[in-house]
Amino acid sequence: MRAWGSDVDDPVDLELDCREMPCPMPVIELARHLDDVEVGGLLAVVARDPAAAVDVPAWCRMKQQDYVGADTADDGVPRYVVRRLG
Amino acid sequence: MKGAGAGEEYLDSASAVPLHPAARDVLLAALDQGYADPRRLHRAGRTARLLLDNAREATADALGVRPDEVTFTPSGTHAVHLGLLGLVRGSRRGDVVVHSAVEHSAVRHAVAWGARSAVVRCDREGRVDAGDLAEAAATPEVGVVALQVANHEVGTVQPVGELDLPDDVPLFTDACASMGRLPLPDGWAAAAGSAHKWGGPAGVGVLLVRKRARWRNPFPGDDRVDERSTGFENVPAVLAAAAALQAVVAERDEVNARQHALVDVVRRRVAAEVPDVEVVGDPHRRLPHLVTFSCLYVDGEALVTKLDRLGFGIASGSACTASTLTPSHVLEAMGVLTHGNVRLSLGRDTTRTEVDAFCDALPGVVAEIRARVGL
Repeated sequence: MRAWGSDVDDPVDLELDCREMPCPMPVIELARHLDDVEVGGLLAVVARDPAAAVDVPAWCRMKQQDYVGADTADDGVPRYVVRRLG
Repeated sequence: MKGAGAGEEYLDSASAVPLHPAARDVLLAALDQGYADPRRLHRAGRTARLLLDNAREATADALGVRPDEVTFTPSGTHAVHLGLLGLVRGSRRGDVVVHSAVEHSAVRHAVAWGARSAVVRCDREGRVDAGDLAEAAATPEVGVVALQVANHEVGTVQPVGELDLPDDVPLFTDACASMGRLPLPDGWAAAAGSAHKWGGPAGVGVLLVRKRARWRNPFPGDDRVDERSTGFENVPAVLAAAAALQAVVAERDEVNARQHALVDVVRRRVAAEVPDVEVVGDPHRRLPHLVTFSCLYVDGEALVTKLDRLGFGIASGSACTASTLTPSHVLEAMGVLTHGNVRLSLGRDTTRTEVDAFCDALPGVVAEIRARVGL
């Protein structure tokens, strides 16, 4: 689902529920599941952890992936979307 | 340097430095001589007053300011609150404080308590653009600009001396992380320092207010020797802080060069020997003694605990090591990884052997923590 005013235009291929996970688990889950989407596909992590807002884009920069942007899941929890580049 | 714990390398001088050797004898002697009320006219009072005045003059001399611009406060935090909010109170322009996104929480709390905030962003290395600050300062209702001399978490030196602010917008500079280590830049109306960060005793802050600054006490006043101070002065601690400051300033060329080179070793070795690590802050224009890096997939608390068990006492800005469970606002503003964070800060006698021992131990510790989560 796509939220209004979101940076995310394309459908997400895989969404990871990390709502209740503390830092740095959301980023660890992201790394674990990167290969579960095709190159060019979108992987999203839903997390309440306030560190994820900084750490997901930082992870993308460090691991040469594309940070697409943030929106919110249906329940209002922040969702961070990544495009797999390799 | 060796910490109090058996076999511990204390690598957290940016949080607190052990008492400088030059301050110890001064403190012990002053405990016996400086107990009386410096306002009293009897012999013991005059002795305390003399010690207090000596401390003020020594501090002024070490910092290159006038003695009547120096006020001793009960902490660096209180000096920040007094200095910043006093300029806000004295402003004819307004109560908006333009400040960088990476100021110490003492500045942020002061602004939240007694002013309105306008935040200026920093770059990836934590530096604020002088032009951005000047532009923000020129908007209506801005009363004060606040910019640290150097960042307490990542060491990046800010362009304090290069700011071109409107004439009626004074600058407050938080010099707590740098005082003694780096000369004070020009251009400020009020500044703050903290003695336990240069090797003086805890419980001594330094507030500097320029002679011509429009500063008004933001808190209830008192009837002390110094109109800006509140409460009975801790004369022995203040004198010891001044002695430590003089000693640190006298030795800083040698100590800074040595520490700067050792931090270069840490920056180089950590980046080369730990996979998926981000060494942050400006590699060159920085505090000499401090380096910060973040390790991907690593729990900051586990890292601090594990390194402590191996005998290395370090700090972390990661959320899981903070009481608030939010990551460091400094790392956040820089847009760098906030988890798995280590801030290592050297003592004046930290050696290459000690730094190498830390760099030797780190890759194994990081690998072990990552192995627990299968990465």
